[in-house]
Amino acid sequence: MQLTRVGFLVLLWLFVLAALRVVRSDLYAASGLRVSIPSFRRGGGKKDKTGKRPARSARHLVVTHGALAGTRISLDERPILIGRADDSTLVLDDDYASTRHARLSLQGNDWYVEDLGSTNGTYLDRARVTAPLRVPLGVPIRIGKTVIELRS
Amino acid sequence: MSTPSGQSDQPSVGDLAAAPPSKVPTKRGVELMLLVFATVLVTGAFILVQGNQAQELKPEILFYALAYLAMFGIAHVVVRKFAPYADPLILPCVALLNGLGLVMIYRIDLAKAAAAERAASAFSGSAPGQVMFTAIGIVLFSVFLYFLRDHRMLSRYGYTLGLVGLALLILPGILPASISGAGGAKVWVRIPGLIGLQPGEFAKIMLFIFFASFLVAKRDLFMNAGRTFLGLELPRLRDLGPLLFALAASVGVLALEKDLGNSLLIFGVVLVLLYIATERFAWVLIGLIPFIAACVVAFKLLNHVQQRVTNWIDPFSNYSGAGGGYQLAQSLFGLGTGGIFGTGLGAGRPELVPEANSDFIVSGIGEELGFIGLAALLLIYLVLTMRGMRSAVAVRDTFGKLLGGALAFSLAWQVFVVVGGATKLIPETGLTTPFMSAGGSSLLANYILVAILLRISDAARRPKSTPSRPGVQNTPISQAHTVMVERPS
Repeated sequence: MQLTRVGFLVLLWLFVLAALRVVRSDLYAASGLRVSIPSFRRGGGKKDKTGKRPARSARHLVVTHGALAGTRISLDERPILIGRADDSTLVLDDDYASTRHARLSLQGNDWYVEDLGSTNGTYLDRARVTAPLRVPLGVPIRIGKTVIELRS
Repeated sequence: MSTPSGQSDQPSVGDLAAAPPSKVPTKRGVELMLLVFATVLVTGAFILVQGNQAQELKPEILFYALAYLAMFGIAHVVVRKFAPYADPLILPCVALLNGLGLVMIYRIDLAKAAAAERAASAFSGSAPGQVMFTAIGIVLFSVFLYFLRDHRMLSRYGYTLGLVGLALLILPGILPASISGAGGAKVWVRIPGLIGLQPGEFAKIMLFIFFASFLVAKRDLFMNAGRTFLGLELPRLRDLGPLLFALAASVGVLALEKDLGNSLLIFGVVLVLLYIATERFAWVLIGLIPFIAACVVAFKLLNHVQQRVTNWIDPFSNYSGAGGGYQLAQSLFGLGTGGIFGTGLGAGRPELVPEANSDFIVSGIGEELGFIGLAALLLIYLVLTMRGMRSAVAVRDTFGKLLGGALAFSLAWQVFVVVGGATKLIPETGLTTPFMSAGGSSLLANYILVAILLRISDAARRPKSTPSRPGVQNTPISQAHTVMVERPS
């Protein structure tokens, strides 16, 4: 009687511990979760070698086609809003662009492009952006008549 | 509901049969192992209940154990097939909670049947019904995982779902009390001769989807506009319009139906959603002001709110009177009897608490498994919520983040309100304990909720499929397939 009573509680807690083990293994193995968790092992030493940012991260946004061709915007942590609205980061004077057309935002070390419900769509390379997509370096993003790309 | 079979053969986004083996572990093995563990625990609990009730083992335990195993086996296979990258902890946690709830319901049935036998009156238990609703829940869960291949599909129906949700919420309020009333609250829709449902439980999920998709569409407005006042950035009022309207309607309706628990739940989740969407604490403060006002008004106007607050302050002041603190006092007695280690499953008397198998199932667990068992149970809820939140953090689209956060938080908030009510931390409001309480609608709705959460976690952990290079065209990309569309003025 006492044995079963305690035994059941022990089993119940074993279940909890088994669940927590899985949680822990997930934390260390970074099992495909795309949040970049700052790890303790990657301390200052490694950072000094590679510089402040990883070598292949984007530093500039360059307009390659369209009325604003040649424009460069240097990137920092803040998201880039693109559209005809005055408060956009990149203000387009383009009849094919919407007021709030697209947004580029930094997640971890990668930039993602997201369409903000534009009329004519945003294209990453030739694929229409329907969900946030990772933007590799040098791949053109087309918004109306304007094409931009990320450069390091 | 069924689609032509040819349609399912077409490749879809969610179809991963042809996906190359990836480095991301699906962890389905872990899920299966934990499910087996949960089955062992639940079967053991059934045997303990029988043993402590000093009865020989009845064949019906075999039925319950096998039914349990079959149901979650099916659920596991469905997850393996349709959401292979889903979180491995969510389903086992749900299975264990559901199973322990089933054990408690069965155990209270036994006690009530014994009492009915002494009083020579008829009694029908609620455990078989709970098994049936679990089975229907698993079916719904599978149907949702099968048809909902991408959670972003839901955002397209945001306004529709919001409207339907609101209608479902209102429905019991305008139906005659003979159809919708029970225990003071008007939350049911009963079809005579058939099963009654509480549409509010389903409406809740629809409203969360609406709020999430609304906030995704309007998030930039929330972020950009606003004046600063006392260091807080205040939003513009007109951006709030639709949200406030929906909120006021749902809370008002629920107060009309005297269903305080659900209005508290919806209100809390919307506040948290606003906070997640805007990262501004001002929204929480702004939300708390009408909340406090609503509390005061409800306290002044509604009699049963006053009763509950009085019972909360002192359950013994009106111990045996109508609307008195008997229920809460019995719950506290039960928790006290259980102490640290509990009386052992089947050895306590949890049936003394009114509504022991639904609203107050937690006090029964606390009595028979003690503080240690109850703490383990709360940790399982915590793991469940945490995994949901984690999926929400990891998923890449904003809608998924908001919806996942809202669903996961709604579970935690519900547990807080229920356990807080049963342990006299906050006034009792009458919500169901997710997955444990006897009650069909809440169980079904929660299985739908879990299916959506699993879908979101599947999207979060699924490795990105390598984009296939389309045929090379040499037109400049700035001129490639531009579709001219008249811009709406």
